[in-house]
Amino acid sequence: MKTEHDILIVGAGPAGMAAAVQLADLGFAPLVIDEQAMPGGQIWRASEGPRSDAVRRALGPEYAEGADRVARFRLSGVDYMPGTRLWHIEPGFQVFMSRDETAFSRRYRAVLLATGAQERPVPVPGWTLPGVMTVGAAQILLKTSAQIPEAPVWIAGSGPLPLLYMRQLLALGGQVAGFLDTTPKGQASRVLPHAMAALRGRGDLIKGVKWLRQLRATGLPWLRGVRDVQALGQDRIEAVRYTAADGRVHEQSAQVLLLHEGVVPSIHTTLAMNCEHDWSEAQGCFIPRTDERGMTSVDGLFLAGDGAGIGGALAAEERGRIAALGIAGRLGQDAPAAHLHAAHAGLARRLASRPVIDALYPPSEAQIPDETVICRCEELTAGDIRVAARLHRGGPNQVKAYTRCGMGPCQGRQCGYSVNRILSEEYGQSRAETGFFRIRPPLKPVTLGELAALEEGREAP
Amino acid sequence: MSTADVLVIGGGLHGLSSALHLARDGADVTVLEGEFVGRHASGASAAGVRTLGRDPREMPLALRSMEMWHQIGDLVSDDCGFHAHGQLRVFETEAQIAAETRRIAELEAHGHTNEQIIGQDTLRQLVPGINPKFIGAAYADRDGAADPHRTLVAFRAAAERAGVRIVEGAPVCRLSEQRGAWRVETAQGAFAAPTVINAAGAWGARVAAMTGESIPLSAKASMMMVTERLTQTIRPVVSIVGRSLSFKQSSQGTLVLGGGIQGRYDLDSGRTAMDFHALARGAAAAEELMPAVKGARIARCWSGIEGKTSDLLPVICPGKAAGIFHIFGFSGHGFQLVPAAGEAMAGMVTTGVVPEIFLPFNAERLTTKGAAA
Repeated sequence: MKTEHDILIVGAGPAGMAAAVQLADLGFAPLVIDEQAMPGGQIWRASEGPRSDAVRRALGPEYAEGADRVARFRLSGVDYMPGTRLWHIEPGFQVFMSRDETAFSRRYRAVLLATGAQERPVPVPGWTLPGVMTVGAAQILLKTSAQIPEAPVWIAGSGPLPLLYMRQLLALGGQVAGFLDTTPKGQASRVLPHAMAALRGRGDLIKGVKWLRQLRATGLPWLRGVRDVQALGQDRIEAVRYTAADGRVHEQSAQVLLLHEGVVPSIHTTLAMNCEHDWSEAQGCFIPRTDERGMTSVDGLFLAGDGAGIGGALAAEERGRIAALGIAGRLGQDAPAAHLHAAHAGLARRLASRPVIDALYPPSEAQIPDETVICRCEELTAGDIRVAARLHRGGPNQVKAYTRCGMGPCQGRQCGYSVNRILSEEYGQSRAETGFFRIRPPLKPVTLGELAALEEGREAP
Repeated sequence: MSTADVLVIGGGLHGLSSALHLARDGADVTVLEGEFVGRHASGASAAGVRTLGRDPREMPLALRSMEMWHQIGDLVSDDCGFHAHGQLRVFETEAQIAAETRRIAELEAHGHTNEQIIGQDTLRQLVPGINPKFIGAAYADRDGAADPHRTLVAFRAAAERAGVRIVEGAPVCRLSEQRGAWRVETAQGAFAAPTVINAAGAWGARVAAMTGESIPLSAKASMMMVTERLTQTIRPVVSIVGRSLSFKQSSQGTLVLGGGIQGRYDLDSGRTAMDFHALARGAAAAEELMPAVKGARIARCWSGIEGKTSDLLPVICPGKAAGIFHIFGFSGHGFQLVPAAGEAMAGMVTTGVVPEIFLPFNAERLTTKGAAA
């Protein structure tokens, strides 16, 4: 592997791999780094791992597509460094990374962030109890080691991922104790007629409807219009409590509760780089602003994939190709305009059904109860944040200074949107106006020993 | 236009402390803060409450402040997270012991008994797990550290209870004098008062320039890092002779590491940036001091912009223009001085007499050639 590259691609998911392949086709030699041991990102995680036929079938055709993409990425011959964390970027770009417990830094002319999305934290009472986790985390176990919970699983939330996970779980012999569907009741009937009229024949919507039918046919207990979900228990979850659509409160014993309220772009790196961000009402999150070539407001810093707005794997690939063409142009090699047009046409096609999905699963607007922990690192509740907000009117950074909220190792990844929402409610101002925490490095924890070794100017392992 | 008896420019700890003391003395005080309270040096402080190794010229002020820290609840109705677990400066050679012993003897000759030399056994009791190559330390047992954010909240709340008005998001763009009253124009309108205290930290010289006075001032942005929470084992604040490291464990269990390693800053935007190659030296020093912390994960790094003078002493004096008073340029060690500096500032503003403990801090020394130490 070369030790010097002009281009760094961060993330070997759909966007990063597509960008790498595109750049290689154009004669560039980027370096791709990724935190995981294998390429594929979250959606195609562990695609190269050994699988029984039963597991392969359970994971479904969308997952199977990943093997081909990963193979193509490997064939491109692009330099790829797995198990590598990016923890800081300086403008220009000096990039700080760690691999095998050694920190190193290198310089690049262009950087593509293809770091994807994270699950939107779901702060409900009891969400910090052992036995409560996110659907995404459960799905990682399923993909990497075909692990499924032994006990019947309660799933609470909204969005496509719980549906996909339940399908995979059932196919592997798991049990769903109940699906507490928090999607507002009647949402589907409000959205779908328009959607079907507007998007007749769109493959992914039809696929989605087919899934829904198949899942319904399994007869799993599916409760619609549920709200006020809580996990109860002393040292771990013992029961789940919720309010059903008819207003009655139910409490049932539970050993595993999986939560999910959609995914949001990972914005810590772009925030740390002072990129411009816009608030998306439809997706209920901040999205870094990019131009038609995928470049952020910081010259030379590009963005692709779900980090540029949630669009799914196939849209991520198109964004990866667009950013690759943008990077090539910026390094002095303009690709034929037709390439860019084709990629944009592809992106438009892949995003066509997204407004319907966004409308189907709107971000929850329910008030976070005062007693709910929102900052897991510093153990602060929504009530603590409200008290601080009332004492000293200010933005998220003042609240952080007063309460320590967001100062822990997660850097506000768990509490950032909750603080944003609570302050918006308290002050009657928009989410965009309220803003997000200022992000302090390192973007990912790095040990004192790793940092100390940086001084010795050690090369990458 | 709003009027007051005193306008304080700068909502850092020194501005708040001066405002608090003046309001307690009956003045009508408004604090004008460009961003938000504690945004820069005060909020980014390591919050060391230290007399150890202070410049002798600061000692009278530091000792008065130390008395006040030990009763800080009386002043602001909160303990500010202050714990007097001591501060230590460790050394590894006999030559260093000799030099430190001489320094402390000189202090004692001036009547200061705040420091003593301790041997390796005591050092190991105070700092379990310390690298055995360190053979002793200079120790100030009444020193300690506070919680910077809690201190800010406490001073702010105490000032507001005393009647101080705090206006945030009000950067000052112009100062002018009309018939014995100063008019201060900010992004949130104009304010007027006969007296203006310039507590603008790294921006202190800019504010002074608006009154027609030129004071040489540079800036610094000392970097700090904090780790995840670890089991509580170390109580004193530890530094190493001749090395840029201060090391302490907060009451939350996190390791807070600083020591004056410089990051980058921009006075116009107020932003700072880390220099990780420099910070790596701090990490290496921490590992050398306490080998067991090698695996501790750094959760966050930051720095704040602070005013710095050529002799590293603050500027605390009346300005050249009548009605102006300066208090800035603490050069990275002003946190401990907050209670006493505010107290003496209130006295100076009220009586017009410069108290003796402020005499070394006149701005003249920075402009008179050869006068700076």
